[in-house]
Amino acid sequence: MRRVESMFVVIVGCGRSGAYIANRMSREGHHLVVIDSSSDAFENLSPVYSGFRIEGDATEMAVLSQAKMDKADLVVATTADDNVNLMVAQIANKILGVPKVVARVFKPEREKIYQTLGIDTLCPTTLFGDLVGDLYLEPASTAPAGGDEDKS
Amino acid sequence: MNRIILVGGGKLVYFLSRQFIAKGISVTIISDNREDSRYLARQLQATVVFGDGSDPQILEETEATLSDAVLAVTPRDQDNLVICQIAALQFKVPRVLALVNDPDNEEIFRKLGVTAFSTTNIIASLIEQKTGFDEIVGLLPMGGGKVTVAEVTLSDKSVVCGRALREISMPDNSLVAFILRNGTPLVPRGSTIILAGDRILLVALPENYGAVLRTFTGDE
Repeated sequence: MRRVESMFVVIVGCGRSGAYIANRMSREGHHLVVIDSSSDAFENLSPVYSGFRIEGDATEMAVLSQAKMDKADLVVATTADDNVNLMVAQIANKILGVPKVVARVFKPEREKIYQTLGIDTLCPTTLFGDLVGDLYLEPASTAPAGGDEDKS
Repeated sequence: MNRIILVGGGKLVYFLSRQFIAKGISVTIISDNREDSRYLARQLQATVVFGDGSDPQILEETEATLSDAVLAVTPRDQDNLVICQIAALQFKVPRVLALVNDPDNEEIFRKLGVTAFSTTNIIASLIEQKTGFDEIVGLLPMGGGKVTVAEVTLSDKSVVCGRALREISMPDNSLVAFILRNGTPLVPRGSTIILAGDRILLVALPENYGAVLRTFTGDE
Protein backbone atom coordinates (compact mmCIF):
# COMPACT_ATOMS: atom_id res chain seq x y z
CA MET A 1 0.00 0.00 0.00
CA ARG A 2 2.96 2.32 -0.52
CA ARG A 3 1.79 5.50 -2.11
CA VAL A 4 4.97 7.44 -2.67
CA GLU A 5 8.47 6.07 -3.03
CA SER A 6 10.35 7.51 -0.07
CA MET A 7 13.57 9.29 -0.95
CA PHE A 8 16.88 9.74 0.84
CA VAL A 9 17.54 13.47 0.94
CA VAL A 10 20.61 15.33 2.21
CA ILE A 11 20.11 19.00 3.05
CA VAL A 12 23.16 21.21 3.50
CA GLY A 13 22.50 24.28 5.62
CA CYS A 14 19.86 24.30 8.34
CA GLY A 15 18.78 27.94 8.26
CA ARG A 16 15.18 28.96 7.73
CA SER A 17 14.92 27.46 4.23
CA GLY A 18 16.90 24.33 4.96
CA ALA A 19 14.91 23.60 8.11
CA TYR A 20 11.61 24.32 6.35
CA ILE A 21 12.43 21.83 3.59
CA ALA A 22 13.71 19.28 6.12
CA ASN A 23 10.60 19.54 8.31
CA ARG A 24 8.30 19.23 5.33
CA MET A 25 10.06 16.30 3.71
CA SER A 26 10.39 14.49 7.01
CA ARG A 27 6.65 14.90 7.59
CA GLU A 28 6.04 13.48 4.12
CA GLY A 29 7.91 10.33 5.06
CA HIS A 30 11.28 10.84 3.39
CA HIS A 31 14.60 9.91 4.97
CA LEU A 32 16.74 12.92 5.76
CA VAL A 33 20.16 14.05 6.85
CA VAL A 34 20.74 17.71 7.61
CA ILE A 35 24.27 19.14 7.72
CA ASP A 36 25.17 22.46 9.31
CA SER A 37 28.42 23.88 10.62
CA SER A 38 26.68 25.09 13.76
CA SER A 39 24.65 22.83 16.03
CA ASP A 40 22.56 25.86 17.08
CA ALA A 41 21.01 25.81 13.60
CA PHE A 42 19.30 22.49 14.39
CA GLU A 43 16.99 24.40 16.72
CA ASN A 44 15.19 25.45 13.52
CA LEU A 45 14.03 21.85 13.08
CA SER A 46 10.55 21.06 14.33
CA PRO A 47 9.84 18.32 16.89
CA VAL A 48 8.33 16.15 14.12
CA TYR A 49 11.64 16.08 12.23
CA SER A 50 12.84 12.47 12.43
CA GLY A 51 16.03 12.56 10.34
CA PHE A 52 19.70 12.80 11.24
CA ARG A 53 21.72 15.90 12.13
CA ILE A 54 25.40 16.26 11.32
CA GLU A 55 27.48 19.16 12.60
CA GLY A 56 30.34 19.89 10.22
CA ASP A 57 31.75 21.84 7.28
CA ALA A 58 30.11 20.60 4.08
CA THR A 59 33.13 21.59 1.98
CA GLU A 60 35.01 18.72 3.65
CA MET A 61 34.59 15.42 1.86
CA ALA A 62 34.80 13.61 5.21
CA VAL A 63 31.60 15.32 6.35
CA LEU A 64 29.77 14.45 3.10
CA SER A 65 30.86 10.82 3.45
CA GLN A 66 29.57 10.75 7.02
CA ALA A 67 26.21 11.93 5.69
CA LYS A 68 26.31 9.09 3.10
CA MET A 69 25.72 11.66 0.40
CA ASP A 70 26.74 9.14 -2.28
CA LYS A 71 23.52 7.23 -1.49
CA ALA A 72 21.27 10.30 -1.73
CA ASP A 73 18.44 10.61 -4.25
CA LEU A 74 18.38 14.38 -3.78
CA VAL A 75 20.80 16.94 -2.38
CA VAL A 76 19.65 20.47 -1.53
CA ALA A 77 22.49 22.95 -0.93
CA THR A 78 21.03 25.89 0.92
CA THR A 79 23.67 27.45 3.17
CA ALA A 80 24.02 31.23 3.40
CA ASP A 81 27.15 31.05 1.21
CA ASP A 82 26.58 30.78 -2.57
CA ASN A 83 30.01 29.31 -3.16
CA VAL A 84 29.58 26.57 -0.56
CA ASN A 85 26.30 25.64 -2.25
CA LEU A 86 27.87 25.57 -5.70
CA MET A 87 30.80 23.49 -4.52
CA VAL A 88 28.65 20.98 -2.62
CA ALA A 89 26.23 20.65 -5.55
CA GLN A 90 29.07 19.91 -7.96
CA ILE A 91 30.66 17.34 -5.65
CA ALA A 92 27.27 15.67 -5.15
CA ASN A 93 26.45 15.51 -8.85
CA LYS A 94 29.80 15.14 -10.63
CA ILE A 95 31.76 13.11 -8.09
CA LEU A 96 29.25 11.26 -5.91
CA GLY A 97 26.75 10.69 -8.75
CA VAL A 98 23.67 12.04 -6.94
CA PRO A 99 20.92 12.15 -9.62
CA LYS A 100 19.08 15.27 -8.39
CA VAL A 101 20.95 18.24 -7.01
CA VAL A 102 19.89 21.82 -6.48
CA ALA A 103 21.94 24.76 -5.19
CA ARG A 104 20.54 28.01 -3.87
CA VAL A 105 22.44 30.96 -5.32
CA PHE A 106 21.59 34.50 -4.22
CA LYS A 107 23.59 36.31 -6.85
CA PRO A 108 21.93 35.95 -10.26
CA GLU A 109 25.13 36.72 -12.21
CA ARG A 110 26.86 33.84 -10.49
CA GLU A 111 24.09 31.41 -11.35
CA LYS A 112 24.45 31.55 -15.15
CA ILE A 113 27.69 29.73 -15.62
CA TYR A 114 26.55 26.76 -13.56
CA GLN A 115 23.55 26.11 -15.75
CA THR A 116 26.01 25.47 -18.58
CA LEU A 117 27.72 22.95 -16.28
CA GLY A 118 24.43 21.11 -15.74
CA ILE A 119 24.01 22.15 -12.11
CA ASP A 120 20.45 23.11 -11.13
CA THR A 121 20.31 26.42 -9.32
CA LEU A 122 17.50 28.40 -7.75
CA CYS A 123 17.93 32.11 -7.15
CA PRO A 124 15.64 33.55 -4.43
CA THR A 125 16.55 37.07 -5.56
CA THR A 126 15.13 36.67 -9.06
CA LEU A 127 12.31 34.33 -7.98
CA PHE A 128 10.99 36.87 -5.49
CA GLY A 129 11.69 39.82 -7.77
CA ASP A 130 9.92 38.26 -10.74
CA LEU A 131 6.97 37.23 -8.58
CA VAL A 132 6.54 40.76 -7.25
CA GLY A 133 6.75 42.04 -10.80
CA ASP A 134 4.20 39.53 -12.07
CA LEU A 135 1.74 40.01 -9.21
CA TYR A 136 1.86 43.74 -8.57
CA LEU A 137 3.16 45.50 -11.63
CA GLU A 138 1.34 46.12 -14.87
CA PRO A 139 3.54 46.16 -17.93
CA ALA A 140 4.55 49.80 -18.43
CA SER A 141 4.26 49.61 -22.16
CA THR A 142 3.79 47.08 -24.91
CA ALA A 143 6.58 48.72 -26.87
CA PRO A 144 9.71 46.61 -27.29
CA ALA A 145 12.51 47.10 -24.82
CA GLY A 146 15.03 49.82 -25.50
CA GLY A 147 14.33 52.57 -23.02
CA ASP A 148 11.75 53.71 -20.49
CA GLU A 149 8.73 55.12 -22.24
CA ASP A 150 7.27 58.17 -20.57
CA LYS A 151 3.81 57.15 -19.39
CA SER A 152 2.54 60.62 -18.43
CA MET B 1 52.67 36.00 -19.37
CA ASN B 2 51.69 39.66 -19.25
CA ARG B 3 48.73 40.03 -16.95
CA ILE B 4 47.73 38.12 -13.86
CA ILE B 5 44.84 38.49 -11.42
CA LEU B 6 45.42 37.47 -7.80
CA VAL B 7 42.39 36.95 -5.60
CA GLY B 8 43.00 36.94 -1.87
CA GLY B 9 44.84 39.05 0.63
CA GLY B 10 47.43 39.29 3.33
CA LYS B 11 51.11 38.45 3.18
CA LEU B 12 50.67 35.68 0.62
CA VAL B 13 49.18 38.00 -2.00
CA TYR B 14 51.59 40.79 -1.08
CA PHE B 15 54.73 38.69 -1.64
CA LEU B 16 53.34 36.88 -4.69
CA SER B 17 52.54 40.25 -6.25
CA ARG B 18 56.03 41.57 -5.52
CA GLN B 19 57.54 38.59 -7.32
CA PHE B 20 55.30 38.94 -10.36
CA ILE B 21 55.81 42.71 -10.55
CA ALA B 22 59.57 42.22 -10.36
CA LYS B 23 59.29 40.00 -13.43
CA GLY B 24 57.47 42.73 -15.32
CA ILE B 25 54.04 41.15 -15.09
CA SER B 26 51.07 43.43 -14.65
CA VAL B 27 49.25 42.48 -11.47
CA THR B 28 45.63 43.08 -10.47
CA ILE B 29 44.58 42.12 -6.94
CA ILE B 30 41.03 41.47 -5.78
CA SER B 31 40.64 41.54 -2.00
CA ASP B 32 37.42 41.41 -0.03
CA ASN B 33 38.98 43.16 2.94
CA ARG B 34 38.86 46.96 2.79
CA GLU B 35 41.84 47.57 5.08
CA ASP B 36 43.88 44.98 3.26
CA SER B 37 43.11 46.37 -0.17
CA ARG B 38 44.10 49.87 0.98
CA TYR B 39 47.38 48.55 2.33
CA LEU B 40 48.16 46.56 -0.84
CA ALA B 41 47.32 49.54 -3.04
CA ARG B 42 49.74 51.75 -1.07
CA GLN B 43 52.55 49.20 -1.02
CA LEU B 44 52.47 47.78 -4.53
CA GLN B 45 52.57 48.94 -8.11
CA ALA B 46 49.40 46.99 -8.77
CA THR B 47 45.75 47.65 -9.49
CA VAL B 48 43.79 46.74 -6.38
CA VAL B 49 40.04 46.14 -6.47
CA PHE B 50 38.05 45.86 -3.25
CA GLY B 51 35.36 43.23 -3.73
CA ASP B 52 34.31 39.62 -3.97
CA GLY B 53 36.39 37.81 -6.57
CA SER B 54 33.70 35.20 -7.13
CA ASP B 55 31.32 37.93 -8.29
CA PRO B 56 31.34 38.03 -12.11
CA GLN B 57 30.85 41.82 -12.04
CA ILE B 58 34.08 42.27 -10.09
CA LEU B 59 35.95 40.03 -12.49
CA GLU B 60 34.47 42.08 -15.34
CA GLU B 61 35.82 45.27 -13.73
CA THR B 62 39.30 43.83 -13.56
CA GLU B 63 39.11 43.05 -17.29
CA ALA B 64 39.52 39.36 -16.61
CA THR B 65 39.08 38.53 -20.31
CA LEU B 66 42.40 40.25 -21.03
CA SER B 67 44.29 38.32 -18.37
CA ASP B 68 46.61 35.42 -18.95
CA ALA B 69 46.04 33.84 -15.57
CA VAL B 70 43.90 33.95 -12.44
CA LEU B 71 45.31 32.73 -9.16
CA ALA B 72 42.72 32.21 -6.40
CA VAL B 73 44.40 32.08 -2.99
CA THR B 74 41.69 33.09 -0.51
CA PRO B 75 41.46 31.11 2.73
CA ARG B 76 38.12 29.62 1.59
CA ASP B 77 38.31 26.63 -0.74
CA GLN B 78 34.75 27.10 -2.01
CA ASP B 79 35.54 30.68 -3.09
CA ASN B 80 38.70 29.59 -4.87
CA LEU B 81 36.75 26.95 -6.80
CA VAL B 82 34.02 29.33 -7.94
CA ILE B 83 36.49 32.12 -8.80
CA CYS B 84 38.45 29.74 -11.04
CA GLN B 85 35.35 28.29 -12.69
CA ILE B 86 33.86 31.69 -13.48
CA ALA B 87 37.23 33.00 -14.71
CA ALA B 88 37.79 29.99 -16.97
CA LEU B 89 34.25 29.45 -18.26
CA GLN B 90 32.77 32.93 -18.38
CA PHE B 91 35.86 35.04 -19.02
CA LYS B 92 37.88 32.44 -20.93
CA VAL B 93 41.04 33.03 -18.88
CA PRO B 94 43.49 30.46 -20.27
CA ARG B 95 45.18 29.52 -16.97
CA VAL B 96 43.46 29.33 -13.61
CA LEU B 97 44.91 27.95 -10.42
CA ALA B 98 43.28 27.47 -7.02
CA LEU B 99 44.76 27.13 -3.57
CA VAL B 100 43.09 24.50 -1.42
CA ASN B 101 43.38 24.39 2.33
CA ASP B 102 41.79 20.96 2.78
CA PRO B 103 44.20 18.58 0.99
CA ASP B 104 41.27 16.31 -0.01
CA ASN B 105 40.03 19.13 -2.20
CA GLU B 106 43.07 18.94 -4.48
CA GLU B 107 41.65 15.88 -6.20
CA ILE B 108 38.05 17.05 -5.96
CA PHE B 109 38.88 20.30 -7.74
CA ARG B 110 40.80 18.39 -10.41
CA LYS B 111 37.74 16.23 -11.05
CA LEU B 112 35.69 19.41 -11.36
CA GLY B 113 38.14 20.75 -13.95
CA VAL B 114 40.18 23.17 -11.81
CA THR B 115 43.89 22.77 -11.20
CA ALA B 116 44.56 23.09 -7.49
CA PHE B 117 47.50 22.92 -5.15
CA SER B 118 47.48 22.24 -1.46
CA THR B 119 50.04 23.92 0.74
CA THR B 120 49.37 21.25 3.34
CA ASN B 121 50.42 18.55 0.86
CA ILE B 122 53.43 20.49 -0.36
CA ILE B 123 54.76 21.12 3.15
CA ALA B 124 53.98 17.58 4.30
CA SER B 125 55.81 16.05 1.34
CA LEU B 126 58.81 18.35 1.84
CA ILE B 127 59.02 17.23 5.47
CA GLU B 128 58.57 13.56 4.54
CA GLN B 129 61.35 13.78 1.99
CA LYS B 130 63.68 15.08 4.70
CA THR B 131 62.69 12.83 7.54
CA GLY B 132 60.94 9.82 6.02
CA PHE B 133 62.17 6.27 5.65
CA ASP B 134 65.61 6.33 4.08
CA GLU B 135 64.80 3.11 2.29
CA ILE B 136 61.96 4.54 0.25
CA VAL B 137 63.29 6.23 -2.82
CA GLY B 138 60.30 7.16 -4.90
CA LEU B 139 56.63 7.20 -4.11
CA LEU B 140 54.40 7.72 -7.07
CA PRO B 141 50.61 7.81 -7.10
CA MET B 142 49.28 6.53 -10.44
CA GLY B 143 45.89 6.20 -12.06
CA GLY B 144 44.64 9.36 -10.37
CA GLY B 145 45.84 8.18 -6.96
CA LYS B 146 44.19 4.75 -7.19
CA VAL B 147 47.50 2.88 -7.31
CA THR B 148 50.70 3.58 -5.42
CA VAL B 149 54.10 2.61 -6.78
CA ALA B 150 57.11 2.78 -4.47
CA GLU B 151 60.74 1.79 -4.69
CA VAL B 152 62.22 0.36 -1.50
CA THR B 153 65.80 -0.64 -0.76
CA LEU B 154 65.93 -3.53 1.69
CA SER B 155 68.29 -3.27 4.64
CA ASP B 156 69.81 -6.38 6.21
CA LYS B 157 67.46 -5.83 9.17
CA SER B 158 64.42 -6.62 7.08
CA VAL B 159 62.78 -9.95 8.03
CA VAL B 160 62.04 -10.83 4.43
CA CYS B 161 65.72 -11.14 3.52
CA GLY B 162 66.68 -14.71 2.75
CA ARG B 163 63.12 -15.78 2.13
CA ALA B 164 61.46 -16.78 -1.10
CA LEU B 165 58.85 -14.37 -2.36
CA ARG B 166 56.08 -16.97 -2.10
CA GLU B 167 56.80 -17.38 1.64
CA ILE B 168 56.19 -13.72 2.27
CA SER B 169 52.55 -13.03 3.05
CA MET B 170 51.59 -9.86 1.29
CA PRO B 171 48.25 -8.06 1.55
CA ASP B 172 45.78 -8.62 -1.28
CA ASN B 173 46.12 -6.40 -4.30
CA SER B 174 49.82 -5.81 -3.86
CA LEU B 175 52.72 -6.93 -5.97
CA VAL B 176 56.50 -6.94 -6.23
CA ALA B 177 56.81 -5.86 -9.85
CA PHE B 178 60.58 -5.74 -10.21
CA ILE B 179 63.77 -6.34 -8.30
CA LEU B 180 66.94 -4.43 -9.02
CA ARG B 181 69.87 -6.50 -7.77
CA ASN B 182 73.39 -5.12 -8.16
CA GLY B 183 72.12 -2.93 -10.93
CA THR B 184 70.46 -5.81 -12.82
CA PRO B 185 66.70 -5.79 -13.14
CA LEU B 186 64.88 -9.08 -12.69
CA VAL B 187 61.23 -10.03 -12.78
CA PRO B 188 60.63 -11.97 -9.57
CA ARG B 189 58.93 -15.35 -9.40
CA GLY B 190 57.58 -17.10 -6.34
CA SER B 191 60.86 -18.91 -5.90
CA THR B 192 63.00 -15.77 -6.04
CA ILE B 193 64.93 -15.29 -2.78
CA ILE B 194 64.86 -11.74 -1.50
CA LEU B 195 68.28 -10.43 -0.47
CA ALA B 196 69.48 -7.48 1.58
CA GLY B 197 70.39 -4.60 -0.69
CA ASP B 198 67.70 -5.49 -3.24
CA ARG B 199 65.81 -2.54 -4.58
CA ILE B 200 62.24 -3.65 -5.05
CA LEU B 201 59.44 -1.97 -6.92
CA LEU B 202 56.17 -2.31 -5.01
CA VAL B 203 52.73 -1.81 -6.49
CA ALA B 204 49.86 -1.45 -4.01
CA LEU B 205 46.56 0.24 -3.36
CA PRO B 206 46.83 3.38 -1.24
CA GLU B 207 44.85 1.69 1.55
CA ASN B 208 47.19 -1.28 1.89
CA TYR B 209 50.39 0.57 1.01
CA GLY B 210 51.33 0.99 4.66
CA ALA B 211 50.89 -2.73 5.35
CA VAL B 212 52.92 -3.70 2.27
CA LEU B 213 55.69 -1.35 3.30
CA ARG B 214 55.79 -2.81 6.82
CA THR B 215 56.05 -6.30 5.35
CA PHE B 216 59.27 -5.39 3.58
CA THR B 217 60.88 -2.88 5.91
CA GLY B 218 59.75 -4.35 9.25
CA ASP B 219 62.43 -5.97 11.38
CA GLU B 220 60.33 -8.54 13.21
